[in-house]
Amino acid sequence: MAEGKPRTSPDSAPRTLFDKLWDSHVVERLPDGTCVLYIDRHLVHEVTSPQAFEGLRAAGRPVRRPDATLAVVDHNIPTSDRSQGIAEPESRLQVETLEQNVAAFGVPYIPVLDARQGIVHIIGPELGASLPGMTIVCGDSHTSTHGAMGALAFGIGTSEVEHVLATQTLLQKPAKNMLVQVDGTLPPGCTAKDIVLAIIGRIGTAGGTGHVVEFAGAAIRALDMAGRMTVCNMTIEAGARAGLIAPDDTTFAYVRGRPFAPQGEAFDRAVAYWRSLPSDPGAAYDKVVSLDAAGLVPMVTWGTSPEAVLPITGRVPNPADEPDATRRAQLQRMVDYMGLTPGQKLTDLAVDVVFVGSCTNGRIEDIRAVAQVARGRRVAPGVRAMVVPGSGLVKRQAEAEGLDRILREAGFEWREAGCSMCLGMNPDKLTPGQRCASTSNRNFEGRQGPGGRTHLLSPAMAAAAAVTGRLTDVRELS
Amino acid sequence: MDAFTTLTAIAAPLPMANVDTDKIIPARFLKTIRRTGLGVHLFDTLRYDPDGRERADFVLNQEPYRHAQILIAHENFGCGSSREHAPWALLDFGIRCVIAPDFADIFHNNTFKNGILPIRLPREVCDQLMQDARLGGNARLTIDLERQVVVRPNGEAIPFDIDPFRKHLLLNGLDDIGQTLRHAAAIDGYEARQRQEKSWQPAIAI
Repeated sequence: MAEGKPRTSPDSAPRTLFDKLWDSHVVERLPDGTCVLYIDRHLVHEVTSPQAFEGLRAAGRPVRRPDATLAVVDHNIPTSDRSQGIAEPESRLQVETLEQNVAAFGVPYIPVLDARQGIVHIIGPELGASLPGMTIVCGDSHTSTHGAMGALAFGIGTSEVEHVLATQTLLQKPAKNMLVQVDGTLPPGCTAKDIVLAIIGRIGTAGGTGHVVEFAGAAIRALDMAGRMTVCNMTIEAGARAGLIAPDDTTFAYVRGRPFAPQGEAFDRAVAYWRSLPSDPGAAYDKVVSLDAAGLVPMVTWGTSPEAVLPITGRVPNPADEPDATRRAQLQRMVDYMGLTPGQKLTDLAVDVVFVGSCTNGRIEDIRAVAQVARGRRVAPGVRAMVVPGSGLVKRQAEAEGLDRILREAGFEWREAGCSMCLGMNPDKLTPGQRCASTSNRNFEGRQGPGGRTHLLSPAMAAAAAVTGRLTDVRELS
Repeated sequence: MDAFTTLTAIAAPLPMANVDTDKIIPARFLKTIRRTGLGVHLFDTLRYDPDGRERADFVLNQEPYRHAQILIAHENFGCGSSREHAPWALLDFGIRCVIAPDFADIFHNNTFKNGILPIRLPREVCDQLMQDARLGGNARLTIDLERQVVVRPNGEAIPFDIDPFRKHLLLNGLDDIGQTLRHAAAIDGYEARQRQEKSWQPAIAI
């Protein structure tokens, strides 16, 4: 991880969930505190793996644990009909390269046209490949998502992808422990997305740097697994490589019966182990932040950093009010890029595009929330609204529930699974100046396409924006 | 990986905080299957206008900073995605060292794997070094990794911290995987124990 303090506490001292996950995966501790950390699951996608396989090939090394590895394509692929292949030559080359690599190295792979294909961070938990107690890595920063299972899950670069393929380990030092305690009950109209956006607004995009963040408290316990994954997914936007939520009965009920999860008697033994993982009473954290969920209002980002976030009832800040020169310049750049006027009400901002999907909010629960708002309403004239299921199985489930019909009748596009408009790597992109209400995770300049303007919000808030044509407080649509 | 020992070079000031990986290398350039060739797209949207012309006001489009090998920035450099294309693009442009008050964790990790040295120095020191850098071609900075100092044009040596293990790997240009494989027996042993203790843990098979 980053560079936390070397732990010196005796074995009997109370340990956090992170401490337990870390300790149980240390293969060897080197004299300077660097650890050889064992990796239980390695998820692989087409964008960050070609150079890693190339490195293996050059060194004549095999993949050490193909049976602990799962590959899928998600970032590059179009979310329209894929039966004719991928038209864009560079994207096609990256997908074909992955297909050649998984075949050559014997890595389990879910092909594009398989119903189980989807965004790597959706399908890991969905298939039971991501389990409590594991270490899970992927060449993608949103690997933090899988922390919702009670697993230590974090993103790595391509050199580390190669390292894990070759050795099934990483060289790491333990991170520091941070606790984010979210008490109270979420008010109507607020969701897991609003919790995590509020936390990022509070601690900033570097607030969690060097830490693993454990989310606890009544509001977190009350979340379903989809909500927990949304929270952990965006932990990286607060600078922390990993988010964690202690596994509990909600987790075990979710895992039970999934294809790659332990079955029958093995499942019971696994649960017995998983129950030992939650942080011990009295375990120490390097940093603690508290939030009262009851006081939340639906949140929306206004700028080009996830920390530039406000309640939907807010107004665009005035950079002139900021005393620090660097910060003032940064705010001014955001206001200019986003095409805003200081003091403007957020609810006065008209949107051109609405995007529902991504590893943050592409699960069945998210699509149900959108359909609930969309039912009996119409997408506002001039707005392009798209719903992109996070996986083929999510899509199938939504169709079984008739959600696709509700959405289509309301004027939403209903698309195939993939990363889609979360990042401009596939045909789903904003054009310069377009304003988008998006359920994804990053509002960086050009993230959804060059010149595109992104406002991050929850699925219900995205649906509200779609039907009114502007950023809207979903609580006002009854 | 090239070893990093000492570097005397032109430094480019980039007084921005939260320089994210999409700014360093936008996603549309990640469709490569190689590590090289990304330098031309480094900071693409800051560096070029929508028609692909250089923006004269961006530091890396100006002399002598086109030849910069050191970059100085503000807080939280490299936040965002895990894409190693960000350090690859920096390296391909010629940057071997980035100095900032702090770095995002994954980016920080990725730089070391590519022979790029990230140096954390307090904000006011970064501002001072940016002033030095603004003097242009006659004001080179020297980075001495062995001594762990940044030497200003006036000769003042500013010490910096670095993890000793990472320093060792950088100084010698060592490959991480080679280091880890020295512990292969321990990895074998760990796996054997896990097969016993966590026999419920299933394998992936499609």
